[in-house]
Amino acid sequence: MPETVLTQPAETATATAPVVAAVDIRKQFGAFEAVRGVSFEVRRGECFGFLGPNGAGKSSLMRMVSSVSPATSGTMSIFGLDPRTSGSQIRARMGVVPQTDNLDQELTVEENLLIYGRYFDLSRAECRRRAKDLLDFVQLGDRAQSRVEPLSGGMKRRLTIARSLMSKPELLLLDEPTTGLDPQARHVLWDRLYRLKEQGVTLVLTTHYMDEAEQLCDRLVVVDRGQIVAEGSPAQLIREHATREVLEIRVAASVVAGIESALSSLGLRTEVLPDRVLLYSNNGEQTLKDVHELGITTLSSLVRRSSLEDVFLRLTGRTLND
Amino acid sequence: MSTGLLRIAPHIPLRVRRSTRLVERSIMVYRRTWMIIVSGFFEPLFYLLSIRIGFGALIGDVEVDGTLVDYAQFVAPALMASAAMNGAVYDSTMNIFHKLRNAKLYDTVLSTPLGPTEVALGEIAWALIRGLIYSTAFLVCLVALGMTSSWWVVLTIPACALIGLAFSSFGMAITTYMRGWNDFEFIPAATLPMFLFSATFYPLSSYGSYAWVVELSPLYHGVALIRALSLGEVEWSMVGHVVVLGVVSVIGMRIASRRLATLLMT
Amino acid sequence: MTTPVAVRVWEGQIRTVWNAWRTSVALSMTQPFIFLAGMGFGVGALVDAGDGAQSSLGGLSYVQFLAPALLATTAMMAGAFEAMWPVHDGFYWRRTFEAVAATPVSPRAVVNGLMLWWTTRVVVGVGGVAIALVVMPSTRSWGIIPAVVVSVLCGLGFAAPIASWTATRTSDTPFAALQRFVITPLFLFGGAFYPLTALPGAIRPVAWVTPLWHGVELCRSFTVGNSSPYGVYVHLGVLLAWCVAGYLACLVTFDRRIRR
Repeated sequence: MPETVLTQPAETATATAPVVAAVDIRKQFGAFEAVRGVSFEVRRGECFGFLGPNGAGKSSLMRMVSSVSPATSGTMSIFGLDPRTSGSQIRARMGVVPQTDNLDQELTVEENLLIYGRYFDLSRAECRRRAKDLLDFVQLGDRAQSRVEPLSGGMKRRLTIARSLMSKPELLLLDEPTTGLDPQARHVLWDRLYRLKEQGVTLVLTTHYMDEAEQLCDRLVVVDRGQIVAEGSPAQLIREHATREVLEIRVAASVVAGIESALSSLGLRTEVLPDRVLLYSNNGEQTLKDVHELGITTLSSLVRRSSLEDVFLRLTGRTLND
Repeated sequence: MSTGLLRIAPHIPLRVRRSTRLVERSIMVYRRTWMIIVSGFFEPLFYLLSIRIGFGALIGDVEVDGTLVDYAQFVAPALMASAAMNGAVYDSTMNIFHKLRNAKLYDTVLSTPLGPTEVALGEIAWALIRGLIYSTAFLVCLVALGMTSSWWVVLTIPACALIGLAFSSFGMAITTYMRGWNDFEFIPAATLPMFLFSATFYPLSSYGSYAWVVELSPLYHGVALIRALSLGEVEWSMVGHVVVLGVVSVIGMRIASRRLATLLMT
Repeated sequence: MTTPVAVRVWEGQIRTVWNAWRTSVALSMTQPFIFLAGMGFGVGALVDAGDGAQSSLGGLSYVQFLAPALLATTAMMAGAFEAMWPVHDGFYWRRTFEAVAATPVSPRAVVNGLMLWWTTRVVVGVGGVAIALVVMPSTRSWGIIPAVVVSVLCGLGFAAPIASWTATRTSDTPFAALQRFVITPLFLFGGAFYPLTALPGAIRPVAWVTPLWHGVELCRSFTVGNSSPYGVYVHLGVLLAWCVAGYLACLVTFDRRIRR
């Protein structure tokens, strides 16, 4: 990891102040209210997540934090500045990874980074130095002279992240950083994001993947239909809104109809999903035995640790894929 | 808006410097296709030759305000002005629309300290630079073919830049209202009549009592300006043409940067 | 069995552009009027007033001289354009031709379909000019009908050879050069705006080779009614030769590109 990619350490005076503070933020698009009174704080050096299904208002929130979209009402402060009047100064200290890779198709991989650095008023020599380091950092060093078009989805994503780091941002916004990537590409990306956090970069990301939120986020808010429905660390949320373990069973289609009442005697929270039944319990193996004792035949069963997916289901009554 | 102006005023040098970054990007892109720009030199040559060989021979002299002017010398500066218009319109409509809608370039740019005003300024500056290269080519051909009769002709370069500024700001403003590529059909519907009826091919006097219609065309003011410089008939009334083009530029630029702000920053 | 398939290719092209066209057909119909008014009558007034113009235009007024030539230049512009960017689009950007190759449609049918499409496209463009010529009394004549037919040959005389070349290109950069160094000079020097005799003798043979000058000469002789049978056969022969050669070349290059 080359020294130059490191961000400047936070000034001690501002170290305790939140990087982003939002109070009762609303965003209206015509008659549609995408964000309906949201308040949150992002602390310096943490990884903060917005978790929610598609259309929950995450991207609208991100665009407001990235200071290109003014809130309809409410107050927002980023680095202690007002995005409505100081958008340019705020954006100078922030890196943005948008949901779709809007890379410059007319330029090469390296040129994409060079010109982006120039937008931040960096000298040409500095741009070249940072571009070289960052291309190595995202493992694209050998593709520097390539056009953008032939790159794979994972490569494009990594290039977009490298681009967002050209200005050595204090705050990095990532909108669905790993959507559409294969598992291997996701792990490479997660690893890079860990390293950035180690260097003291504050990360704000949106995701609709539970495992991603669990892997990366120190703290997160669950967003549903434009509102925050829960807030905390992944472990905290699991503790408060789920049980230690989850038993997943599959049963024959003929049994599904009456299964909820059949299982009610167990006194556990039960979710009947189209393809499986979830039973929230602190001892999954014991619960499976109990189910069998009730005379229910399972086609398959699985005991797992409960996850953010279960939290989300609990809070909203829907799975994330709905 | 006065408080807004006060807020913006101290940053003007920074804004100008930042807007040049988009010009840098354009140079990066066009470095690979410099042949297209260089070959642009031939276009004025072909047009001017055609005028001289063809119309010059057919028409001979034309009477302008009581004096006889060689027809080729009469038309050549008008073609120069029209070329400045066409280049600026092309750069500020098709190119900008592509970057705005297809390439989403400005979404990227707006995640940096640059804002919509810098985007508008930067793109207009690039249109002006390309126009400058083109009008220089035109001037070289004009002189080489002996189709000008005055040293004032050197000032056609800044005059073409002014025409370029007016049409690229206006073109950009219009582009922000375009819904799809189909809407671009309307552009030739506006530029072709302007090209033909801006006292380009025959003097304003031949329009008789309809001359005022011609004077509504911004291109007419460009043609009049460049023709006067090329023929060496410089007079104070030319200030009027400069003012008209300047006003069009300022209005166009204001609309363009405001519309870009509403399109990109919602 | 190739003809119905070719018709389907043609139909596909029509459908692709119809939506885009509905709004603009009216606009493109007005352009020939504007152009004829500005160049034919406006500049024409200056030309007709000049001395010696009548003799070099063969006794015609300028608008009579220019108007029929616009049929041929419009056909050239439309044919050349269609053979460059849209064909490149089919091979490279949208890859519709490759998609076609995955169906039972043969490359030959693709070419046939495109020939039909180019004909349609040229007829539409030339039709707009023809309407303008019919409406204006000084240019109205029965000769416009054969002139439109000849213009279509002229348009195909450009479209087919250019498309056969487009099929060998992998980038759209050379199109601007072809436009700038071939199409524009032909438009300006091809005998449409003034007689070829104004050009230096050494350059004239270049015009004799290209389809445009033959199209212009034929359209003009039909509308003013002074065609000599001998001239007509020579001009028609050259136009047909370009169309056939271009068509055959297309068969070869399209086949190579599609089956690659």
